[in-house]
Amino acid sequence: MKAVVWQGINRVQVENVPDPEILQPTDAIVRVTATAICGSDLHLVDGYVPSMVHGDILGHEFMGEVVEVGPEVRDVRPGDRVVVPFPISCGKCWYCQHGLTSLCDNSNPNPKLAEALWGYSGSGLYGYSHITGGYAGGQAQFARTVYADQNLYKVPEGLTDEQVLFLTDILPTGYMGAENCNIHPGDVVAVFGCGPVGLFGIMSAFVLGAGRVIAIDRFPERLDLARKLGAETLNYEEDAVFERLKEMTGGRGPDSVMDAVGLESHAGGPGGVADAVKQTTRVLESDRPHALRAAIMACRKGGTVSVPGVYGGLADKIPVGAFMNKGLTMRTGQTHVHRYLDTLTGHIERGEVDPTVIITHRLGIDEAPHAYDIFKHKHDGCIKCILDPWADPKDHAPTKAP
Amino acid sequence: MAQTTANGTEVSPQNSSPAERLLFGGLGVGLILLSLRQRGNSGVFLGTSGALLLSGAAMGRSVGSALTQVRRTEDDQIAVARAVTIGKSVDELYTFWRDFENLPRFMDHLESVKVQGGDGRRSHWVAKAPAGTTVEWDAEITEDEPGRRIAWRSLEGATVPNEGHVEFRPAPGDWGTEIHVSLTYRPPGGTLGAVVARLLGEEPGAQVGEDLRRLKRLLEVGQEPTTEGQPSARKGVMKAEAKMYDNRRTT
Repeated sequence: MKAVVWQGINRVQVENVPDPEILQPTDAIVRVTATAICGSDLHLVDGYVPSMVHGDILGHEFMGEVVEVGPEVRDVRPGDRVVVPFPISCGKCWYCQHGLTSLCDNSNPNPKLAEALWGYSGSGLYGYSHITGGYAGGQAQFARTVYADQNLYKVPEGLTDEQVLFLTDILPTGYMGAENCNIHPGDVVAVFGCGPVGLFGIMSAFVLGAGRVIAIDRFPERLDLARKLGAETLNYEEDAVFERLKEMTGGRGPDSVMDAVGLESHAGGPGGVADAVKQTTRVLESDRPHALRAAIMACRKGGTVSVPGVYGGLADKIPVGAFMNKGLTMRTGQTHVHRYLDTLTGHIERGEVDPTVIITHRLGIDEAPHAYDIFKHKHDGCIKCILDPWADPKDHAPTKAP
Repeated sequence: MAQTTANGTEVSPQNSSPAERLLFGGLGVGLILLSLRQRGNSGVFLGTSGALLLSGAAMGRSVGSALTQVRRTEDDQIAVARAVTIGKSVDELYTFWRDFENLPRFMDHLESVKVQGGDGRRSHWVAKAPAGTTVEWDAEITEDEPGRRIAWRSLEGATVPNEGHVEFRPAPGDWGTEIHVSLTYRPPGGTLGAVVARLLGEEPGAQVGEDLRRLKRLLEVGQEPTTEGQPSARKGVMKAEAKMYDNRRTT
């Protein structure tokens, strides 16, 4: 089958690899009908998440049709149309039973790596380095999925692939980001980053009762989309964000601030340069936390900072004094995708949330290197790119790797 | 002053041999003398290193043991204590463990345990040893408090004399049961043997920790997760690199 393969820093190619097989009785094989490139895939491609190995299959946002199930799979049958949540839940441990599926105790086959880095290991994740299990990803024609009964979510009749694909990650991630904002009716929420997660965070903040959302980015197409979703916008290359946020909120500051950027945030000035230089060493600092710093500074006293953005290791100069003296709360985590699926599917079915608005590019799998390139550099107005693993390559011109 | 581990085993802080103390003490004095003739940072560095070595030697702290974190009891045994919380009842876990023939299902280094005799208190253990060999011994249960605690020790003549106990404690809320295991054993080759074993990735504490994790997964899920046999585009040396990361392959 064809699969998108990590070949080293900034090298992504499509290769022919063996088809996946059932390896354990609770596995299911899914014929992937749609997959997407996530912002956090860029951290892998840029080499800031350690323990990727040449030849690893990428991708954790994917869905498709079940074609084969192991002998112990009960609830899922061949022919079922399913979305595959990116965190892997065993369904049995304390965390899974309490809806904290991205913290599953049992699904990471390599927990020692995660424990060395983070003290404890979270769940296994598809296509997301050997720290999170080394599971092959779903940017491929077929994918092995594990603990099928606990993880595969059947798509209701009448919804298209594009409507439900983002249930695998970014839609619940934006939603949990908004939920973690602890929104009271009428609250003002600021969102740093108007990529896919930030945009879904904006949508979700309104669904959860925010009165105003102020969105911050620098790319006009993203800011346009944020405005269409009802947000007021700030371009941080043109506005002094902190002062503007204060002014827009009567000097109080936003009640909650979301960092939907994560470990590769863009920043100018000596601080930004210092972070960038340190990060390239992969040792002095693994994460560039500019957006997190800005979020902590901007949040009103007693407010909440929500961090759906991905951080991997160690970041310098977090303004912990501001955090403490302003009495802030911070809430974060990899998304517990499973707990939001019913709620969000309901919102989609009733037309209250339309996840397809963020899709700007639809490409065949052979064009994955190009897709990574335009998504990473925000070329060609790219906000979100989905890949068709079965597209005829003749329909698409071959392209270079990023 | 002796330290006490979580399970009550006395661990001696004095864990280096007289020869070792002499060697490192001498080295420390040498470095301090050398530092007196240096200026600036290198002098500070040498002096500090010398002082550390000397004080370590004076207190009887083994540099090797400190670096490898091998803990020894007063009578030169290795002591290990680890715990895990499993979402099962105390009784289920006690019953599972009390049948020692279950132990090789999650203790990776055990090949088999055969219970001998009617009361199940005596057993014959076969463990995997380096280079495909095995080590065998007989053991007996020395304490058995149903639903609370089991203790055992190897009988006379064991190559690796060992003893251990496991306690089952109800965890708070709906967490299930805490299992606390502690083992002491005298490795062939003393501390050196333990250090070599650690360097070969056979460190006893980590092993027990992994065993307990395997037990949790066996009882909560019924299987270990695995990625072995999944597709990739790996070639040659990359396969070895992936294998290095994927330390929990289950073939």
